[in-house]
Amino acid sequence: MRYVNHEAVVKKMNKRLIVNRIFKTIFFAATLFALLVLGVLFYRIISQGVGYLTPEFFQNFGSRIPEKAGIKAALIGSIWLMCVVAPVSIILGVGTAIYLEEYATKNKLNDFIRMNISNLAGVPSVVFGLLGLTIFVRALALGNSVLAAGFTMSLLILPVIIVGAQEAIRAVPQDVREASYGMGATKWQTIINIVLPSAIPGILTGAILALSRAVGETAPLVVIGIPVIVHFLPDNLLSQFTALPMQIYDWAKRPQEAFQYVSSAGILVLMIFLLIMNSIAIFIRNKFQKRY
Amino acid sequence: MVQLLEKGSASKMETSSIVYDTQKLNLWYGNHHALKNIDLQIKENEVTAIIGPSGCGKSTYIKTLNRMVELVPTVKTSGEILYRERNIFDANYGVEELRTKVGMVFQKPNPFPKSIYDNIAYGPRIHGIRNKKVLDEIVEKSLRGAAIWDEVKDRLTTNAYSLSGGQQQRICIARCLAIEPDVILMDEPTSALDPISTLKVEELIQELKEDYSIIIVTHNMQQAARISDKTAFFLNGEVVEFDATDVIFSTPEDKRTEDYISGRFG
Ligand SMILES: Nc1ncnc2c1ncn2[C@@H]1O[C@H](COP(=O)(O)OP(=O)(O)OP(=O)(O)O)[C@@H](O)[C@H]1O
Ligand SMILES: [Mg+2]
Repeated sequence: MRYVNHEAVVKKMNKRLIVNRIFKTIFFAATLFALLVLGVLFYRIISQGVGYLTPEFFQNFGSRIPEKAGIKAALIGSIWLMCVVAPVSIILGVGTAIYLEEYATKNKLNDFIRMNISNLAGVPSVVFGLLGLTIFVRALALGNSVLAAGFTMSLLILPVIIVGAQEAIRAVPQDVREASYGMGATKWQTIINIVLPSAIPGILTGAILALSRAVGETAPLVVIGIPVIVHFLPDNLLSQFTALPMQIYDWAKRPQEAFQYVSSAGILVLMIFLLIMNSIAIFIRNKFQKRY
Repeated sequence: MVQLLEKGSASKMETSSIVYDTQKLNLWYGNHHALKNIDLQIKENEVTAIIGPSGCGKSTYIKTLNRMVELVPTVKTSGEILYRERNIFDANYGVEELRTKVGMVFQKPNPFPKSIYDNIAYGPRIHGIRNKKVLDEIVEKSLRGAAIWDEVKDRLTTNAYSLSGGQQQRICIARCLAIEPDVILMDEPTSALDPISTLKVEELIQELKEDYSIIIVTHNMQQAARISDKTAFFLNGEVVEFDATDVIFSTPEDKRTEDYISGRFG
Protein backbone atom coordinates (compact mmCIF):
# COMPACT_ATOMS: atom_id res chain seq x y z
CA MET A 1 0.00 0.00 0.00
CA ARG A 2 1.49 3.33 -0.99
CA TYR A 3 0.18 6.59 0.34
CA VAL A 4 1.35 8.90 -2.40
CA ASN A 5 -0.54 8.37 -5.66
CA HIS A 6 1.89 9.72 -8.20
CA GLU A 7 -0.60 9.83 -11.06
CA ALA A 8 -2.97 11.99 -9.05
CA VAL A 9 -0.07 14.21 -8.10
CA VAL A 10 0.82 14.76 -11.74
CA LYS A 11 -2.81 15.47 -12.62
CA LYS A 12 -3.11 18.14 -9.94
CA MET A 13 0.28 19.60 -10.66
CA ASN A 14 -1.01 22.12 -13.21
CA LYS A 15 -3.53 23.56 -10.81
CA ARG A 16 -0.87 23.95 -8.12
CA LEU A 17 1.44 25.73 -10.49
CA ILE A 18 -1.35 28.12 -11.57
CA VAL A 19 -2.14 29.00 -7.93
CA ASN A 20 1.53 29.52 -7.37
CA ARG A 21 1.69 31.94 -10.29
CA ILE A 22 -1.41 33.85 -9.17
CA PHE A 23 0.05 34.53 -5.76
CA LYS A 24 3.35 35.58 -7.23
CA THR A 25 1.51 38.11 -9.39
CA ILE A 26 -0.50 39.44 -6.45
CA PHE A 27 2.61 40.00 -4.35
CA PHE A 28 4.41 41.59 -7.24
CA ALA A 29 1.47 43.97 -7.77
CA ALA A 30 1.51 44.90 -4.09
CA THR A 31 5.20 45.75 -4.29
CA LEU A 32 4.65 47.70 -7.48
CA PHE A 33 1.84 49.69 -5.89
CA ALA A 34 3.99 50.67 -2.93
CA LEU A 35 6.84 51.66 -5.21
CA LEU A 36 4.49 53.67 -7.40
CA VAL A 37 3.09 55.65 -4.47
CA LEU A 38 6.60 56.29 -3.24
CA GLY A 39 7.67 57.38 -6.70
CA VAL A 40 4.78 59.85 -7.06
CA LEU A 41 5.51 61.24 -3.62
CA PHE A 42 9.18 61.72 -4.38
CA TYR A 43 8.43 63.27 -7.73
CA ARG A 44 6.02 65.80 -6.24
CA ILE A 45 8.33 66.77 -3.41
CA ILE A 46 11.40 67.09 -5.57
CA SER A 47 9.68 68.96 -8.39
CA GLN A 48 8.05 71.36 -5.93
CA GLY A 49 10.87 71.80 -3.51
CA VAL A 50 14.05 71.75 -5.50
CA GLY A 51 13.57 75.33 -6.75
CA TYR A 52 13.64 76.62 -3.19
CA LEU A 53 16.79 74.72 -2.21
CA THR A 54 19.06 77.75 -2.56
CA PRO A 55 21.98 78.72 -0.36
CA GLU A 56 19.76 81.45 1.13
CA PHE A 57 17.27 78.79 2.19
CA PHE A 58 19.92 77.44 4.54
CA GLN A 59 21.00 80.88 5.72
CA ASN A 60 17.62 82.46 6.50
CA PHE A 61 15.44 82.17 9.54
CA GLY A 62 11.67 81.70 9.18
CA SER A 63 9.74 84.49 7.49
CA ARG A 64 6.25 85.55 6.49
CA ILE A 65 7.39 85.96 2.90
CA PRO A 66 7.88 82.57 1.24
CA GLU A 67 10.87 83.73 -0.81
CA LYS A 68 12.67 84.83 2.34
CA ALA A 69 11.75 81.84 4.49
CA GLY A 70 14.74 79.72 5.47
CA ILE A 71 15.39 76.56 7.38
CA LYS A 72 18.49 77.58 9.31
CA ALA A 73 16.91 77.60 12.79
CA ALA A 74 15.13 74.27 12.28
CA LEU A 75 18.13 72.48 10.77
CA ILE A 76 20.54 73.61 13.47
CA GLY A 77 17.82 72.92 16.06
CA SER A 78 17.42 69.35 14.85
CA ILE A 79 21.17 68.83 15.00
CA TRP A 80 21.19 70.11 18.59
CA LEU A 81 18.29 67.81 19.38
CA MET A 82 20.19 64.82 18.00
CA CYS A 83 23.22 65.76 20.07
CA VAL A 84 21.06 65.20 23.15
CA VAL A 85 18.97 62.26 21.94
CA ALA A 86 21.78 60.14 20.50
CA PRO A 87 23.99 59.87 23.61
CA VAL A 88 21.13 59.78 26.11
CA SER A 89 19.08 57.13 24.34
CA ILE A 90 22.01 54.97 23.25
CA ILE A 91 23.69 54.95 26.66
CA LEU A 92 20.45 54.27 28.52
CA GLY A 93 19.19 51.81 25.92
CA VAL A 94 22.35 49.75 25.60
CA GLY A 95 22.86 49.85 29.36
CA THR A 96 19.36 48.53 29.96
CA ALA A 97 19.78 45.85 27.32
CA ILE A 98 23.07 44.71 28.87
CA TYR A 99 21.48 44.58 32.29
CA LEU A 100 18.47 42.60 31.09
CA GLU A 101 20.44 40.16 28.97
CA GLU A 102 23.62 39.66 30.97
CA TYR A 103 23.03 40.55 34.59
CA ALA A 104 19.32 40.19 35.37
CA THR A 105 18.40 36.85 36.85
CA LYS A 106 15.28 35.11 35.68
CA ASN A 107 12.57 36.22 38.08
CA LYS A 108 9.04 37.57 37.84
CA LEU A 109 10.05 41.22 38.08
CA ASN A 110 12.62 41.01 35.31
CA ASP A 111 10.27 39.04 33.08
CA PHE A 112 7.67 41.74 33.69
CA ILE A 113 10.16 44.45 32.71
CA ARG A 114 11.25 42.56 29.61
CA MET A 115 7.69 42.09 28.44
CA ASN A 116 6.66 45.67 29.01
CA ILE A 117 9.58 47.21 27.20
CA SER A 118 8.29 45.82 23.92
CA ASN A 119 4.83 47.06 24.82
CA LEU A 120 6.23 50.54 25.44
CA ALA A 121 7.49 50.62 21.86
CA GLY A 122 3.86 50.64 20.73
CA VAL A 123 2.73 53.60 22.87
CA PRO A 124 1.68 56.58 20.68
CA SER A 125 4.21 59.37 20.55
CA VAL A 126 1.69 61.95 21.81
CA VAL A 127 1.68 60.11 25.11
CA PHE A 128 5.43 60.50 25.38
CA GLY A 129 4.93 64.17 24.59
CA LEU A 130 2.56 64.49 27.56
CA LEU A 131 5.03 62.64 29.75
CA GLY A 132 7.79 65.00 28.68
CA LEU A 133 5.56 68.00 29.30
CA THR A 134 4.75 66.86 32.82
CA ILE A 135 8.19 65.68 33.87
CA PHE A 136 10.84 67.59 31.98
CA VAL A 137 9.13 70.84 30.99
CA ARG A 138 7.15 71.42 34.20
CA ALA A 139 8.38 69.28 37.12
CA LEU A 140 12.07 69.65 36.33
CA ALA A 141 11.42 73.17 35.00
CA LEU A 142 13.53 72.69 31.88
CA GLY A 143 11.00 74.67 29.82
CA ASN A 144 10.59 73.98 26.13
CA SER A 145 14.34 73.69 25.73
CA VAL A 146 16.65 71.49 23.70
CA LEU A 147 17.26 69.40 26.80
CA ALA A 148 13.56 68.84 27.60
CA ALA A 149 12.77 67.92 24.00
CA GLY A 150 15.87 65.73 23.83
CA PHE A 151 14.92 63.79 26.95
CA THR A 152 11.36 63.37 25.70
CA MET A 153 12.52 62.05 22.33
CA SER A 154 15.01 59.77 24.09
CA LEU A 155 12.20 58.23 26.11
CA LEU A 156 10.18 57.79 22.95
CA ILE A 157 12.83 55.80 21.12
CA LEU A 158 14.34 54.07 24.15
CA PRO A 159 12.16 50.93 23.89
CA VAL A 160 13.12 50.43 20.25
CA ILE A 161 16.81 50.80 21.05
CA ILE A 162 16.56 48.44 24.01
CA VAL A 163 14.76 45.74 22.06
CA GLY A 164 17.19 46.06 19.15
CA ALA A 165 20.21 45.92 21.44
CA GLN A 166 18.77 42.95 23.35
CA GLU A 167 18.41 41.04 20.10
CA ALA A 168 21.93 41.92 19.02
CA ILE A 169 23.33 40.83 22.39
CA ARG A 170 21.34 37.62 22.38
CA ALA A 171 22.71 36.80 18.92
CA VAL A 172 26.25 36.57 20.31
CA PRO A 173 26.88 32.84 20.66
CA GLN A 174 26.94 31.46 24.19
CA ASP A 175 30.09 29.41 23.58
CA VAL A 176 32.40 32.41 23.17
CA ARG A 177 31.05 33.84 26.40
CA GLU A 178 31.80 30.53 28.09
CA ALA A 179 35.30 30.59 26.66
CA SER A 180 35.82 33.99 28.21
CA TYR A 181 34.38 33.08 31.60
CA GLY A 182 36.38 29.86 31.47
CA MET A 183 39.58 31.84 31.48
CA GLY A 184 38.66 33.76 34.58
CA ALA A 185 37.24 36.87 32.91
CA THR A 186 34.71 38.79 34.94
CA LYS A 187 31.27 39.47 33.60
CA TRP A 188 32.18 43.02 32.71
CA GLN A 189 35.39 41.96 30.93
CA THR A 190 33.39 39.45 28.95
CA ILE A 191 30.78 42.03 28.03
CA ILE A 192 33.21 44.73 26.97
CA ASN A 193 35.70 42.45 25.15
CA ILE A 194 33.53 39.74 23.67
CA VAL A 195 29.83 40.55 23.71
CA LEU A 196 29.74 44.21 22.74
CA PRO A 197 32.22 44.05 19.84
CA SER A 198 30.13 41.34 18.21
CA ALA A 199 26.85 43.04 19.03
CA ILE A 200 27.75 46.59 18.00
CA PRO A 201 26.79 46.34 14.32
CA GLY A 202 23.33 45.13 15.32
CA ILE A 203 23.00 47.65 18.13
CA LEU A 204 23.94 50.51 15.81
CA THR A 205 21.49 49.47 13.13
CA GLY A 206 18.66 49.53 15.62
CA ALA A 207 19.85 52.75 17.21
CA ILE A 208 20.14 54.68 13.96
CA LEU A 209 16.72 53.55 12.81
CA ALA A 210 15.32 54.74 16.11
CA LEU A 211 17.17 58.05 15.86
CA SER A 212 15.75 58.57 12.37
CA ARG A 213 12.35 58.25 13.91
CA ALA A 214 13.24 60.88 16.50
CA VAL A 215 14.35 63.30 13.76
CA GLY A 216 11.04 63.03 11.94
CA GLU A 217 8.69 62.87 14.93
CA THR A 218 6.43 65.93 15.35
CA ALA A 219 3.71 65.16 17.88
CA PRO A 220 5.81 65.18 21.08
CA LEU A 221 7.38 68.49 20.03
CA VAL A 222 3.95 70.03 19.53
CA VAL A 223 2.79 68.77 22.92
CA ILE A 224 5.76 70.11 24.85
CA GLY A 225 5.28 73.45 23.12
CA ILE A 226 8.30 73.83 20.87
CA PRO A 227 7.90 77.17 19.05
CA VAL A 228 7.93 77.43 15.28
CA ILE A 229 9.11 80.93 14.61
CA VAL A 230 12.56 81.19 16.07
CA HIS A 231 14.92 83.89 14.99
CA PHE A 232 18.03 82.78 16.83
CA LEU A 233 20.15 79.67 17.13
CA PRO A 234 20.32 77.70 20.37
CA ASP A 235 23.54 78.43 22.22
CA ASN A 236 23.16 76.07 25.14
CA LEU A 237 21.10 73.05 26.12
CA LEU A 238 18.48 75.20 27.85
CA SER A 239 17.88 77.43 24.83
CA GLN A 240 14.59 77.46 22.99
CA PHE A 241 14.78 75.99 19.52
CA THR A 242 12.72 74.60 16.69
CA ALA A 243 13.17 71.40 14.70
CA LEU A 244 12.75 70.32 11.08
CA PRO A 245 9.38 68.54 11.34
CA MET A 246 7.89 71.48 13.30
CA GLN A 247 9.02 73.93 10.65
CA ILE A 248 7.76 71.76 7.80
CA TYR A 249 4.43 71.26 9.53
CA ASP A 250 4.07 75.02 10.04
CA TRP A 251 4.82 75.82 6.40
CA ALA A 252 2.51 73.11 5.12
CA LYS A 253 -0.50 74.48 6.98
CA ARG A 254 -0.08 78.08 5.77
CA PRO A 255 -2.66 79.30 3.22
CA GLN A 256 -0.27 80.83 0.64
CA GLU A 257 0.47 78.36 -2.14
CA ALA A 258 4.15 79.31 -2.29
CA PHE A 259 4.62 77.94 1.22
CA GLN A 260 3.71 74.49 -0.08
CA TYR A 261 6.86 74.65 -2.13
CA VAL A 262 8.88 75.88 0.82
CA SER A 263 7.46 72.97 2.78
CA SER A 264 8.59 70.52 0.09
CA ALA A 265 12.06 72.02 0.22
CA GLY A 266 12.01 71.47 3.98
CA ILE A 267 11.02 67.84 3.48
CA LEU A 268 13.93 67.42 1.08
CA VAL A 269 16.29 68.77 3.70
CA LEU A 270 14.83 66.38 6.27
CA MET A 271 15.25 63.44 3.91
CA ILE A 272 18.84 64.36 3.15
CA PHE A 273 19.43 64.63 6.91
CA LEU A 274 18.08 61.08 7.37
CA LEU A 275 20.07 59.81 4.43
CA ILE A 276 23.28 61.15 5.94
CA MET A 277 22.45 59.53 9.29
CA ASN A 278 21.83 56.18 7.65
CA SER A 279 25.04 56.42 5.65
CA ILE A 280 26.95 57.03 8.86
CA ALA A 281 25.31 53.97 10.36
CA ILE A 282 26.24 51.81 7.40
CA PHE A 283 29.78 53.16 7.45
CA ILE A 284 30.28 52.41 11.14
CA ARG A 285 28.69 49.00 10.75
CA ASN A 286 30.95 47.97 7.89
CA LYS A 287 33.98 49.23 9.71
CA PHE A 288 33.20 47.11 12.73
CA GLN A 289 32.27 44.05 10.72
CA LYS A 290 35.60 44.07 8.99
CA ARG A 291 37.41 43.79 12.28
CA TYR A 292 35.41 40.88 13.63
CA MET B 1 40.11 0.31 48.79
CA VAL B 2 43.28 1.66 47.27
CA GLN B 3 42.05 5.22 47.70
CA LEU B 4 41.07 4.60 51.30
CA LEU B 5 44.49 3.30 52.13
CA GLU B 6 46.18 6.24 50.50
CA LYS B 7 43.96 8.65 52.27
CA GLY B 8 44.43 6.96 55.61
CA SER B 9 48.19 6.97 55.46
CA ALA B 10 48.31 10.39 53.88
CA SER B 11 51.85 11.62 54.21
CA LYS B 12 52.53 15.21 53.26
CA MET B 13 53.77 14.27 49.80
CA GLU B 14 50.67 12.38 48.91
CA THR B 15 48.12 14.95 50.01
CA SER B 16 49.88 17.68 48.09
CA SER B 17 49.79 15.59 44.95
CA ILE B 18 45.99 15.47 45.03
CA VAL B 19 44.70 18.33 42.93
CA TYR B 20 41.00 17.81 43.22
CA ASP B 21 39.28 16.01 46.03
CA THR B 22 35.55 15.65 45.43
CA GLN B 23 33.56 14.64 48.47
CA LYS B 24 29.87 13.70 48.49
CA LEU B 25 29.12 15.98 45.58
CA ASN B 26 25.47 16.22 44.59
CA LEU B 27 24.12 18.46 41.87
CA TRP B 28 20.61 19.25 40.75
CA TYR B 29 19.33 21.04 37.66
CA GLY B 30 16.06 22.22 39.18
CA ASN B 31 14.56 18.91 40.30
CA HIS B 32 16.76 16.74 38.13
CA HIS B 33 19.38 15.02 40.27
CA ALA B 34 22.30 14.99 37.82
CA LEU B 35 25.24 14.08 40.08
CA LYS B 36 24.83 11.72 43.03
CA ASN B 37 27.31 11.39 45.87
CA ILE B 38 30.43 11.72 43.76
CA ASP B 39 33.72 10.92 45.49
CA LEU B 40 36.77 11.29 43.31
CA GLN B 41 40.43 12.16 43.83
CA ILE B 42 42.38 13.59 40.97
CA LYS B 43 46.14 13.53 41.07
CA GLU B 44 48.76 15.92 39.89
CA ASN B 45 50.38 15.38 36.48
CA GLU B 46 48.02 12.63 35.50
CA VAL B 47 45.47 12.36 32.76
CA THR B 48 42.12 11.38 34.22
CA ALA B 49 39.54 10.21 31.70
CA ILE B 50 35.83 10.33 32.39
CA ILE B 51 33.75 7.92 30.38
CA GLY B 52 30.12 6.90 30.42
CA PRO B 53 26.97 6.88 28.30
CA SER B 54 25.33 10.05 27.04
CA GLY B 55 23.51 12.02 29.72
CA CYS B 56 25.30 10.38 32.66
CA GLY B 57 26.69 13.67 33.94
CA LYS B 58 30.26 13.78 32.59
CA SER B 59 30.02 17.33 31.28
CA THR B 60 28.15 18.41 34.36
CA TYR B 61 30.90 17.06 36.61
CA ILE B 62 33.76 18.60 34.67
CA LYS B 63 31.95 21.94 34.49
CA THR B 64 31.45 21.81 38.24
CA LEU B 65 35.21 21.63 38.73
CA ASN B 66 35.60 25.21 37.50
CA ARG B 67 32.08 26.21 38.52
CA MET B 68 31.04 26.90 34.93
CA VAL B 69 27.94 24.88 35.65
CA GLU B 70 26.70 27.82 37.68
CA LEU B 71 25.97 29.65 34.44
CA VAL B 72 22.81 27.54 34.44
CA PRO B 73 20.61 29.47 36.88
CA THR B 74 18.68 26.48 38.24
CA VAL B 75 21.76 24.60 39.47
CA LYS B 76 22.06 23.65 43.15
CA THR B 77 24.92 21.72 44.71
CA SER B 78 25.81 20.05 47.97
CA GLY B 79 29.02 18.46 49.16
CA GLU B 80 32.56 19.68 48.66
CA ILE B 81 35.16 19.92 45.98
CA LEU B 82 38.57 20.65 47.43
CA TYR B 83 40.91 22.17 44.90
CA ARG B 84 44.40 22.19 46.39
CA GLU B 85 42.78 21.66 49.77
CA ARG B 86 40.38 24.58 49.51
CA ASN B 87 36.66 24.15 49.01
CA ILE B 88 35.73 25.81 45.73
CA PHE B 89 32.17 26.35 46.96
CA ASP B 90 33.38 28.57 49.80
CA ALA B 91 31.58 31.87 49.73
CA ASN B 92 34.84 33.78 49.57
CA TYR B 93 36.40 31.66 46.80
CA GLY B 94 36.21 33.83 43.68
CA VAL B 95 35.25 31.95 40.53
CA GLU B 96 37.56 34.16 38.51
CA GLU B 97 40.52 33.10 40.63
CA LEU B 98 39.57 29.44 40.31
CA ARG B 99 39.17 29.64 36.54
CA THR B 100 42.55 31.30 36.18
CA LYS B 101 44.08 28.16 37.64
CA VAL B 102 41.74 25.71 35.97
CA GLY B 103 41.56 26.17 32.22
CA MET B 104 38.88 24.61 30.06
CA VAL B 105 38.76 23.33 26.50
CA PHE B 106 35.27 22.82 25.13
CA GLN B 107 33.71 20.19 22.93
CA LYS B 108 33.17 22.52 20.00
CA PRO B 109 36.13 24.74 19.08
CA ASN B 110 35.09 28.20 20.24
CA PRO B 111 37.75 30.74 19.32
CA PHE B 112 36.83 34.40 19.65
CA PRO B 113 36.07 36.23 16.42
CA LYS B 114 39.43 37.95 16.73
CA SER B 115 42.90 37.46 15.33
CA ILE B 116 44.90 34.40 16.35
CA TYR B 117 47.21 36.65 18.36
CA ASP B 118 44.35 38.34 20.20
CA ASN B 119 42.79 34.97 20.97
CA ILE B 120 45.89 33.77 22.74
CA ALA B 121 46.62 37.10 24.38
CA TYR B 122 43.06 37.38 25.68
CA GLY B 123 43.64 35.56 28.95
CA PRO B 124 46.89 37.32 29.88
CA ARG B 125 45.34 40.66 28.96
CA ILE B 126 42.28 40.25 31.14
CA HIS B 127 44.61 39.35 33.97
CA GLY B 128 46.40 42.65 33.50
CA ILE B 129 49.42 41.91 31.31
CA ARG B 130 49.86 44.84 28.93
CA ASN B 131 53.53 44.68 27.99
CA LYS B 132 53.74 43.90 24.28
CA LYS B 133 57.00 41.98 24.57
CA VAL B 134 55.69 39.79 27.35
CA LEU B 135 52.50 39.15 25.40
CA ASP B 136 54.50 38.23 22.30
CA GLU B 137 56.44 35.69 24.31
CA ILE B 138 53.33 34.22 25.90
CA VAL B 139 51.65 33.90 22.50
CA GLU B 140 54.62 32.10 20.98
CA LYS B 141 55.10 29.83 23.99
CA SER B 142 51.43 28.90 24.12
CA LEU B 143 51.17 28.24 20.40
CA ARG B 144 54.28 26.09 20.55
CA GLY B 145 52.85 24.33 23.57
CA ALA B 146 49.73 23.50 21.60
CA ALA B 147 51.81 22.27 18.64
CA ILE B 148 50.39 24.80 16.22
CA TRP B 149 53.08 27.48 16.13
CA ASP B 150 54.58 26.39 12.82
CA GLU B 151 51.21 26.34 11.13
CA VAL B 152 50.17 29.83 12.14
CA LYS B 153 53.31 31.81 12.92
CA ASP B 154 53.12 33.72 9.61
CA ARG B 155 49.51 34.73 10.02
CA LEU B 156 49.03 35.67 13.63
CA THR B 157 46.90 38.65 12.62
CA THR B 158 44.36 36.70 10.60
CA ASN B 159 41.00 35.86 12.10
CA ALA B 160 40.96 32.59 14.02
CA TYR B 161 37.75 31.67 12.22
CA SER B 162 39.71 31.22 9.01
CA LEU B 163 41.44 28.13 10.45
CA SER B 164 40.25 24.55 10.11
CA GLY B 165 38.30 22.92 12.93
CA GLY B 166 41.31 20.98 14.18
CA GLN B 167 43.50 24.06 14.10
CA GLN B 168 40.83 26.05 15.90
CA GLN B 169 40.72 23.46 18.64
CA ARG B 170 44.47 23.64 19.10
CA ILE B 171 44.17 27.45 19.18
CA CYS B 172 41.67 26.98 21.99
CA ILE B 173 44.12 24.74 23.81
CA ALA B 174 46.85 27.33 23.29
CA ARG B 175 44.51 30.03 24.56
CA CYS B 176 44.00 27.93 27.65
CA LEU B 177 47.76 27.41 28.11
CA ALA B 178 48.32 31.15 27.89
CA ILE B 179 46.88 31.67 31.37
CA GLU B 180 49.40 29.10 32.63
CA PRO B 181 46.82 27.00 34.43
CA ASP B 182 47.41 24.24 36.92
CA VAL B 183 44.66 21.97 35.66
CA ILE B 184 43.16 21.66 32.19
CA LEU B 185 39.60 20.42 31.80
CA MET B 186 38.68 19.04 28.40
CA ASP B 187 35.14 18.15 27.43
CA GLU B 188 35.28 15.82 24.42
CA PRO B 189 37.94 17.98 22.80
CA THR B 190 38.30 15.79 19.74
CA SER B 191 34.69 14.89 19.03
CA ALA B 192 34.45 17.54 16.29
CA LEU B 193 37.79 16.65 14.73
CA ASP B 194 38.99 14.35 11.97
CA PRO B 195 41.30 11.41 12.83
CA ILE B 196 44.52 13.27 12.02
CA SER B 197 43.65 16.33 14.09
CA THR B 198 42.48 13.98 16.84
CA LEU B 199 45.84 12.26 16.81
CA LYS B 200 47.62 15.59 17.05
CA VAL B 201 45.51 16.67 20.01
CA GLU B 202 46.09 13.31 21.70
CA GLU B 203 49.84 13.59 21.29
CA LEU B 204 49.58 17.07 22.63
CA ILE B 205 47.76 15.85 25.72
CA GLN B 206 50.57 13.37 26.35
CA GLU B 207 53.08 16.20 26.27
CA LEU B 208 50.99 18.54 28.39
CA LYS B 209 50.77 15.91 31.09
CA GLU B 210 54.34 16.72 32.09
CA ASP B 211 53.32 20.14 33.29
CA TYR B 212 49.60 20.01 33.88
CA SER B 213 46.96 17.83 35.43
CA ILE B 214 44.39 16.98 32.80
CA ILE B 215 40.82 15.81 33.15
CA ILE B 216 39.25 14.72 29.91
CA VAL B 217 35.74 13.62 29.04
CA THR B 218 35.59 11.27 26.09
CA HIS B 219 33.18 8.96 24.32
CA ASN B 220 36.02 7.23 22.63
CA MET B 221 37.15 4.16 24.60
CA GLN B 222 40.35 3.75 22.62
CA GLN B 223 41.18 7.34 23.31
CA ALA B 224 40.65 6.91 27.02
CA ALA B 225 42.77 3.77 26.98
CA ARG B 226 45.50 5.41 24.94
CA ILE B 227 45.98 8.65 26.77
CA SER B 228 44.77 8.38 30.35
CA ASP B 229 46.36 7.17 33.58
CA LYS B 230 43.12 6.91 35.52
CA THR B 231 39.59 6.35 34.30
CA ALA B 232 36.30 7.09 35.98
CA PHE B 233 33.17 5.38 34.71
CA PHE B 234 30.02 7.42 35.25
CA LEU B 235 26.51 6.03 35.02
CA ASN B 236 23.28 7.90 35.76
CA GLY B 237 25.09 10.56 37.74
CA GLU B 238 27.11 8.15 39.85
CA VAL B 239 30.72 7.02 39.74
CA VAL B 240 30.50 3.30 39.20
CA GLU B 241 34.20 2.67 39.15
CA PHE B 242 37.37 4.69 39.35
CA ASP B 243 40.77 3.09 38.95
CA ALA B 244 43.94 2.96 36.92
CA THR B 245 43.06 2.94 33.24
CA ASP B 246 44.65 -0.45 32.52
CA VAL B 247 42.68 -1.99 35.38
CA ILE B 248 39.39 -0.49 34.14
CA PHE B 249 40.03 -1.74 30.63
CA SER B 250 41.31 -5.18 31.53
CA THR B 251 39.86 -6.32 34.83
CA PRO B 252 37.03 -4.01 35.92
CA GLU B 253 35.42 -4.87 39.22
CA ASP B 254 31.92 -3.84 38.30
CA LYS B 255 29.83 -5.75 35.81
CA ARG B 256 28.36 -2.52 34.43
CA THR B 257 31.82 -1.13 33.67
CA GLU B 258 32.70 -4.27 31.82
CA ASP B 259 29.47 -4.16 29.83
CA TYR B 260 30.05 -0.55 28.91
CA ILE B 261 33.65 -0.79 27.78
CA SER B 262 32.96 -3.92 25.81
CA GLY B 263 30.19 -2.04 24.03
CA ARG B 264 27.30 -4.07 25.37
CA PHE B 265 25.31 -1.01 26.33
CA GLY B 266 25.51 2.78 26.27
N1 LIG C 1 21.29 23.09 31.51
C1 LIG C 1 20.64 21.98 31.91
N2 LIG C 1 19.41 22.06 32.46
C2 LIG C 1 18.78 20.96 32.87
N3 LIG C 1 19.26 19.71 32.78
C3 LIG C 1 20.48 19.56 32.23
C4 LIG C 1 21.23 20.68 31.78
N4 LIG C 1 22.41 20.24 31.29
C5 LIG C 1 22.39 18.89 31.44
N5 LIG C 1 21.24 18.48 32.01
C6 LIG C 1 20.87 17.11 32.33
O1 LIG C 1 21.82 16.57 33.21
C7 LIG C 1 22.18 15.25 32.83
C8 LIG C 1 23.66 15.15 32.60
O2 LIG C 1 24.01 15.94 31.49
P1 LIG C 1 25.49 16.07 30.95
O3 LIG C 1 25.51 17.13 29.91
O4 LIG C 1 26.40 16.23 32.09
O5 LIG C 1 25.70 14.63 30.29
P2 LIG C 1 26.97 14.06 29.55
O6 LIG C 1 27.39 12.86 30.32
O7 LIG C 1 27.98 15.11 29.32
O8 LIG C 1 26.36 13.58 28.18
P3 LIG C 1 27.01 13.64 26.71
O9 LIG C 1 27.92 12.49 26.64
O10 LIG C 1 25.84 13.46 25.81
O11 LIG C 1 27.68 14.95 26.54
C9 LIG C 1 21.35 14.92 31.61
O12 LIG C 1 20.25 14.15 32.01
C10 LIG C 1 20.90 16.25 31.09
O13 LIG C 1 19.62 16.15 30.52
MG1 LIG D 1 28.75 16.18 27.57
